[in-house]
Amino acid sequence: MKQQKARSNLDKTIKYIMVIIILAVFIFFAALFIMLLQRSQLILSRYPVWELLFSSEWDPDKGLYGFLPAVTGTFFVTVFSLMIAVPISILSAVYISEYMPSAVKSYFQAFIDVLAGVPSVVFGLCALLVLVPFTRDVMGPLFGVNTTGMCVFTAALVLAAMVFPVIISLTVESLSILPIGLREQFLSLGATKWQLIETVLFRAAGPGIISGIILGFGRAFGETMAVVMVIGNKNILIPSVFSPGQTLPGLIVGSFSEMMSVPEHQSALIFVSLILFIIVLFFNILANIIKNKLKSRWRYE
Amino acid sequence: MNKYIKESIFRVLMIISVFIVVAFLVIIIGVNIVKGGIVLINEPAVIFTAPGPKYLLGGEGGILHAILGSILMVIPSTCIACAASYLIALFLQVDYIKNRFSNKLRVVFDVLWGIPSIIYGIFILNILIAANKRGSLGAGIITLALLQMPVIVRYMDEALNSVPDGIRESAYSLGATRLETAFTTAKYALPGIIAGVLIGMGRAMGDAASVIFTSGAGNSMPKGLSKSVSSLPVLIFQQANSYYPSVREHAFAASFVLIIIIIALNAISRICSKHFQKYTAGSDR
Repeated sequence: MKQQKARSNLDKTIKYIMVIIILAVFIFFAALFIMLLQRSQLILSRYPVWELLFSSEWDPDKGLYGFLPAVTGTFFVTVFSLMIAVPISILSAVYISEYMPSAVKSYFQAFIDVLAGVPSVVFGLCALLVLVPFTRDVMGPLFGVNTTGMCVFTAALVLAAMVFPVIISLTVESLSILPIGLREQFLSLGATKWQLIETVLFRAAGPGIISGIILGFGRAFGETMAVVMVIGNKNILIPSVFSPGQTLPGLIVGSFSEMMSVPEHQSALIFVSLILFIIVLFFNILANIIKNKLKSRWRYE
Repeated sequence: MNKYIKESIFRVLMIISVFIVVAFLVIIIGVNIVKGGIVLINEPAVIFTAPGPKYLLGGEGGILHAILGSILMVIPSTCIACAASYLIALFLQVDYIKNRFSNKLRVVFDVLWGIPSIIYGIFILNILIAANKRGSLGAGIITLALLQMPVIVRYMDEALNSVPDGIRESAYSLGATRLETAFTTAKYALPGIIAGVLIGMGRAMGDAASVIFTSGAGNSMPKGLSKSVSSLPVLIFQQANSYYPSVREHAFAASFVLIIIIIALNAISRICSKHFQKYTAGSDR
């Protein structure tokens, strides 16, 4: 009897510890948001938000804080890299899951898993060595422009390479949980494999593929180090793909050393992280809504 | 268009894209391994020596401080994150709260996963500034623990969700408490849990953006919890564009070490999941 009491007491204690940890996570989440808001008050009280977001002059020494170059740079790099990565990785994921013999497939998946874990600085380091000269000596002359190689195009290529494993592994996973009967029924009607993929599999695996794309977007969007290493870090509105640019996370890392001294500059950089935070929050919630909507709409059972 | 022609067009496109992906990734891994390997073969002492006083100016020394710093930061932070995440993942199961609430909690963890690591760095940095402290090993450990927790929670949650209800119910029917049941189900979910922990560890190992703000990122050997440390990714980032070739080459050596660690973590996860599969019902081992 005594032992039983001890057991149930332990059970209860652990439950309270769990509740405390969950609350701590919530407090952390709230504190993160409040801290970012509060610390960016300084810059927001001196300049109106629209002026900050839509002015293109960035010169902290003169008190000019325009985020437009970094905002457009971030979106341009992200969208450009997804335009490269999405079609290529979905097509190759379909090939891996539907056409590849299963013996090769498991090795391939192991390979993709390793790649998903490769740190971003490693991608950046290799891009410095391979992609920068490639852009300078091959792509530049091909399009008839003079470039140093440290440009938006290279950054987009690196990001595309980093997004490949994310989208591929999620797409392969959501294709492989579909029942084999679904495929056999459709093929027995005389359809080709591509027709099957196009009309049935993309729909049934749709929610998984879309959440893969959104996760890939998140990775490309928040990626700091690999981009900083190759984009050239010039805070200007980008005139072409082959010119250096700047991204929002790059702005924070790049100005880190000066950040401590000037409170206004520091506040401006914290405002940048607030923007990043809000965008990530927005996209995550959007992804969740889309996934739930599609799940109820594209049911195959 | 004939459907057979369409089929072959798309098949060719798919093969081309698989080749593009493989080429990209083989180049990225290969270049780092070959380049770093050459550096290490030429001067293997790089891994074992501490940096000298003029290290960043092309002086003598090695990357031991970064290797030690990485290990000292990642292992304690993984332990902290692991314990917290296991309790959180258990709490998300049906035993403790209703599905309606746990689904909302899961969204919070998804958002936390998506937050760029640099924001974690900024957050801890602001706390440090408020407390009038400098970047240190302790702050680095806390940052990395926070950074990897959402990842581990997500994987553990999925692993625990895949446990058949029968196992849980039979444990309850024997009179086990929720905690004792949790230990039974953990055995079944072990492959997934270990994979999650190692993936989280890999994320912490390779992240530079958060640690560069909080760990001090200096060039000294780690000396204590409140002293500054460096880590491998930070070292790669700082030295990749250096003017001095020897410093630049050490960045490649560091990336070689980092890739080997990541591959080793992956291999361990695979071996463990094979080994622990014997606890899963329905497997033939």
